[in-house]
Amino acid sequence: MSEIDEGLRKELQRQGVWVTSMQELYNWGRKNSIWPLQFGLACCAIEMIATAASRYDIARFGGEVFRPSPRQADLMIVAGTVTKKMAPQIVRLYNQMPDPKYVISMGACAISGGPFKEGYNVLKGIDRYIPVDVYIPGCPPRPEALLHAFMELQRKIDSQKLTGENRAEHLDPAEPSEFPVPSFGEHDLEPPANRDVFQPPKIERT
Amino acid sequence: MESAEQIKGRAEAAVPGAKIDIVPNPGPANQPSLLIDNEHAPAIAQFLRDDPALRFDFCSNVTGVDWLDRTVKKTVKVKKSIDGEEKEVTETTEEHFPGYLEAVYHLYSMTQKHGPVVIRMRTPNRADGARLPSLTPIWRSAELQEREIFDLYGIRFESHPDLRRILMWDEFVDHPMRKDYREPDDYEYEPTPHDDVLDRARQHYAPRPQLDGAEQITATDSHG
Repeated sequence: MSEIDEGLRKELQRQGVWVTSMQELYNWGRKNSIWPLQFGLACCAIEMIATAASRYDIARFGGEVFRPSPRQADLMIVAGTVTKKMAPQIVRLYNQMPDPKYVISMGACAISGGPFKEGYNVLKGIDRYIPVDVYIPGCPPRPEALLHAFMELQRKIDSQKLTGENRAEHLDPAEPSEFPVPSFGEHDLEPPANRDVFQPPKIERT
Repeated sequence: MESAEQIKGRAEAAVPGAKIDIVPNPGPANQPSLLIDNEHAPAIAQFLRDDPALRFDFCSNVTGVDWLDRTVKKTVKVKKSIDGEEKEVTETTEEHFPGYLEAVYHLYSMTQKHGPVVIRMRTPNRADGARLPSLTPIWRSAELQEREIFDLYGIRFESHPDLRRILMWDEFVDHPMRKDYREPDDYEYEPTPHDDVLDRARQHYAPRPQLDGAEQITATDSHG
């Protein structure tokens, strides 16, 4: 698609002609109808519920349709502490979502394990098994923060390309849309992290 | 409500052969608990629930405690006569207490509106699969909490209807709330390590690159 001159487009609009591209139309439709998967893991889920209720009203952004089935969901909001016992189920739900799919990691626990990081039963962040699009810090993050993450995700969807080298992941057959589900080991999940998705930060001393 | 001594006396009279010790609590709560013997525990529990004056019909909390083996050293000054002379000699005695696992039940009465009464049971040792009688047949509310104790401390409750792990997965080995539990070393970078995590962080940091061979990593290194 060749870029249309912005001045020409404005002039045409003034004359009652609306010009757009397939990519813009497609992304405009997708970004204003993101259906989240309906599940919560801990106290962050309470903030997520507040975001969906009337005071903050995520419906203003097209995200009010929380689906109880992964088959109908576009967005996974990992809201809360991911225990090692729950992590395989989260990955399995992610695998069951159809492409295109996105993940918001909400709160300190979902990002890194939070205050439970060095414990025996909490996963040190959901990004060890599935790719995350937007991280929200906070314990728990306020509804405004979740709305901000939602708008960031909309921006990301809006800038995705349909063709070419840098096209969106779900249009690239080489990019995986499913990830291996970890199994329960004797003390930890096997493997403790998917090395194709996650590399631990290197410790550097100066 | 009756005092712990009164309950002990009446329970021992009602259940032949029962033995109850009173564990004092020197803290400000001053809440003594009843240590009941394992053999007669279900009968004693039944008495506490059904006695018309007590009627503890609500078991609000069940928890486990892990007591490690411990050695207490005592230094005593003793006067001894050596060669006819009286001298003060310090003697050190070591007393060894074997460890045990403990289950603690908190009981209230809804009908009599009193409580709590705390009862305890102790295993003979800390071995894996140490046994205690289950009180779930008396108080149904103990079922999930006894499963939790089994999961995290490894006490096997006899005559429990459904003794499985509840918090950890079935494939898990060991009992993570025991004081000597050491989890596998899965340390990852921590921006602000402290206490135990700092010790672990030190083991994982590469030695500092040597500057003219002078600076080496030291225990007092502020960066950890």
